[in-house]
Amino acid sequence: MKTCLIVDDSRVIRKVSRHMVEAIGLAVEEAANGQEALDACAQAMPDVILLDWNMPVMSGIEFITRLRASPGGEAPKVVFCTTENDAAHIREAVQAGANEYVMKPFDHETLQIKLQLVGVA
Amino acid sequence: MSAQEDSISYRIIADLLEARTGQQIDRGRRWRIPTTLATVFRKRGISNVDQLVCLLASPGEERLADEVVEALLNNETYFFRDRAMFDQLDDHVLPTLREKRAMRKRLNIWCAGCSTGQEPLSLAMLFRSQKALWDGWTIDIVATDISSKAIATARRGIYSQFEVQRGLSVTQMLTHFEETPEGWKVDPALRAMIRYRERNLLEMMDPDQRFDLVLCRNVLLYFDRPTRSRAFDIIHKTMADDGWLMLGAGETASSLTSRLAHVPNTIGLHQPVGLMPAKRQAI
Repeated sequence: MKTCLIVDDSRVIRKVSRHMVEAIGLAVEEAANGQEALDACAQAMPDVILLDWNMPVMSGIEFITRLRASPGGEAPKVVFCTTENDAAHIREAVQAGANEYVMKPFDHETLQIKLQLVGVA
Repeated sequence: MSAQEDSISYRIIADLLEARTGQQIDRGRRWRIPTTLATVFRKRGISNVDQLVCLLASPGEERLADEVVEALLNNETYFFRDRAMFDQLDDHVLPTLREKRAMRKRLNIWCAGCSTGQEPLSLAMLFRSQKALWDGWTIDIVATDISSKAIATARRGIYSQFEVQRGLSVTQMLTHFEETPEGWKVDPALRAMIRYRERNLLEMMDPDQRFDLVLCRNVLLYFDRPTRSRAFDIIHKTMADDGWLMLGAGETASSLTSRLAHVPNTIGLHQPVGLMPAKRQAI
């Protein structure tokens, strides 16, 4: 079973996302901030990471930059899931190494297609 | 189903939709009518279907019927809906047409029931992604829908953040759309590939028009069998002898028309019967 790490400081968002991702058929781990997520990736790289932008400890951009520079960190597909919904933010995320971008709010169908586009669903 | 949903008022609303569009709301789905018409109810200050029917019968309320029909039409769509079907076009149908129309260098395509435009735009994006292959070709995409509201949205070519990301990759979104204060605006050059028309699928198209490819996905399922059969005959008459029809993933023309045959090993692809077997190749 493919694995998904949900990185978001909101417990509610993590819970809702977990529900959707599990329904798509992936095993889910959670992290409440970027450092927890980096620690989890050092233990085992997930197949895909759903990543919030604004979080305590480090931003989503800082996380992905550090992830991509770490050993094996180029492997996971990273899908930003954020309320930062303007084209400038989207371009910045892609340049930092994001594979896909989901603007909140989104529905199950949108997330499923994004996960299909990155090849994990 | 409750007795209310089988009441004369619910039947009148279902009959109105059928008379105007040919689409049916069968008894099992009539419970959705009040929810679907919530905006109309709110606008008119009413709260149930009985009140709506009384209003419809009132003098000076002729436009209300239009509003009700518009609200009942299902405009659900998104970009590259059922990507596997677009892969079929990409892998087989378009290469075949490119070979067969190499002299003419023109493709006529009809998106029947195009809703708010995401399907024809997906098709236009597909051609744009193969720009070199179609250099010098005229790709004429006619997109029709019975809903004037849907066609107006399609013509405007501006989509909400929710709509624009449904089905598109982030790269496609950034390539083909520009963020504006009103929403995400499609590239005018892509939009210009499509001619939008407000039209009922059951009305005959220009009799001289022959389409190389017809997309009619998730539309005919709202019609009863005789109406679907009629629609297939109309579509068949508009198709080139070696043209293609793509229905929705779960749809088939089998048993409804003798004029179109499912292409083996495909999802929803049909071709006119009478093609030599060698020409109607399985994929």
